[in-house]
Amino acid sequence: MGLVTPNPGTFIWMVIIFGIVLFILKKYAWVPILKTLKEREESIDKALNSAAEARKEVEGLKANNEKIIAEARKEKDIILKEAKEMKNKIIAEAKEKTNLETQKSIELARQQIEVEKNAALDEIKKQIAELSVSIAEKVIKKELSNPSEQKKMVDNLIDDIKLN
Amino acid sequence: MHKFSKATYIIIVLVLAGVTPLLAQHDNKAEHEQKANKHEEQTFDAGEFVMHHVSDAYDYHIVSFGNTNISIPLPVILYSKHPELHGGKSFHVFMSTKFHHQHADYKGFRISEQKDYDGKIVEINAEGQEIGKPFDLSITKTVAGIFVSIMLIFTVLFSVKRMMKKNKGKAPKGIQNIVEPIVLFIRDEIAKPTIGDKKYEKFMPFLLTLFFFILANDILGLIPFPPFSANVTGNITVTMVLALFTFVITTFNGNKHYWKEIYNPDVPWWLKYPFPLMPIVELTGVITKPFVLMVRLFANMLAGHMIVTVFVSLIFVFAHLMGPAAGYAISPVSVGFSVFILLLDILVSFIQAYVFTLLSALYFGMATADHH
Repeated sequence: MGLVTPNPGTFIWMVIIFGIVLFILKKYAWVPILKTLKEREESIDKALNSAAEARKEVEGLKANNEKIIAEARKEKDIILKEAKEMKNKIIAEAKEKTNLETQKSIELARQQIEVEKNAALDEIKKQIAELSVSIAEKVIKKELSNPSEQKKMVDNLIDDIKLN
Repeated sequence: MHKFSKATYIIIVLVLAGVTPLLAQHDNKAEHEQKANKHEEQTFDAGEFVMHHVSDAYDYHIVSFGNTNISIPLPVILYSKHPELHGGKSFHVFMSTKFHHQHADYKGFRISEQKDYDGKIVEINAEGQEIGKPFDLSITKTVAGIFVSIMLIFTVLFSVKRMMKKNKGKAPKGIQNIVEPIVLFIRDEIAKPTIGDKKYEKFMPFLLTLFFFILANDILGLIPFPPFSANVTGNITVTMVLALFTFVITTFNGNKHYWKEIYNPDVPWWLKYPFPLMPIVELTGVITKPFVLMVRLFANMLAGHMIVTVFVSLIFVFAHLMGPAAGYAISPVSVGFSVFILLLDILVSFIQAYVFTLLSALYFGMATADHH
């Protein structure tokens, strides 16, 4: 049967052709193609890994940021609270100071008024004394112009003295 | 650029398919009249028709109109031990047109029609008797088919390589997307699991070449017009060489463990001594493995081609038996079945290329396996 009998000529051609094809393809096609495929796989792996890493980093940054923001907020609250307290303190202090000052000036005024009043009273007393002396002088001068009258008066005076 | 090269290929194909046969288109009437009595009956022999289409030949037969055959001639290269019969020279190179489609002798050579040398070139002595075959290195239809498929493989693979270089760091595109998955499949699904992650790289070029060679020849063999249609992987010599390559690589890469398993396998001693039963069985296995590879691919592809041809020949068988009307009537069925078988053969092509590659890889894996 011709179909199942190997043909020496075809055999030799096939060995030569397949051998050369194997050699050429190995050197100029398969080795570069397999190398490129491997390199590409490695670069994809690397890219995926670095992407995952970057994502992790970003997440870390985000957490950090949130922490910072929370801290800042806390600090703001503290500062605000402190400011409020200070304001209240200042107001209270000012009020107290004013009160004190007012009290002081009132006291001062009162003292002055007292002094002036006393002075005025003294003056009045002095004037009244002078007036009464002069009145008494005049009256006495007039009374003592007649001797009966003088006697009467002396009596009266003596009576007064006794009464006192 | 791409459109241009596509057009170029089409032109090349058209030139190969259309123009070349004109060179071979001789008026064979004179020769035919000599042998007319032989072809006078014009009966249709389905067996001969099928065998003609699956066998090797010295030309690419395209079509016959009556007595005029159109075919692409191929070079015939012969070495004879009897130079005195062939004009004193022992080495002969000429185109197959010289035989005028088996109807003429040339320089003491003839394409035999006898049973012993059917379809092969034989030497004839002075008395016109066939005395035996010369050493035949002709570029037959099969060899030409191999050249065509290799041109295709080179074109595809080198363009893929060029694109890979150009597209470095970018996503693959175009033909890259066809070849790369196949390469990765052979690497990840065939070589790595069978040979192992450490040793597979050494065998990758052979496995890839094997797969693409078988696949290209299978598929091109199914295209029913020249310069394809050659039944390359359905030729026992071709599959024999492929299996031999696998055998040689397996043998040369066999490690200590592999040979120990063959000559001194781990079986009860009485299976090895005094009569070395198991070593003989194992040694037979070494030979049968490539032999089975050879026969499987050959038989599968040959059967595919044969069935397609048989379905086509049904038309002529019916026409011959019951008149032309029956032939016309049966033709849709025949064509339908032929198309079905062709589609099945495309599937078979992939499966056979896969199986051959997988089994080769398995044998390499066995040869290089470590102790377990």
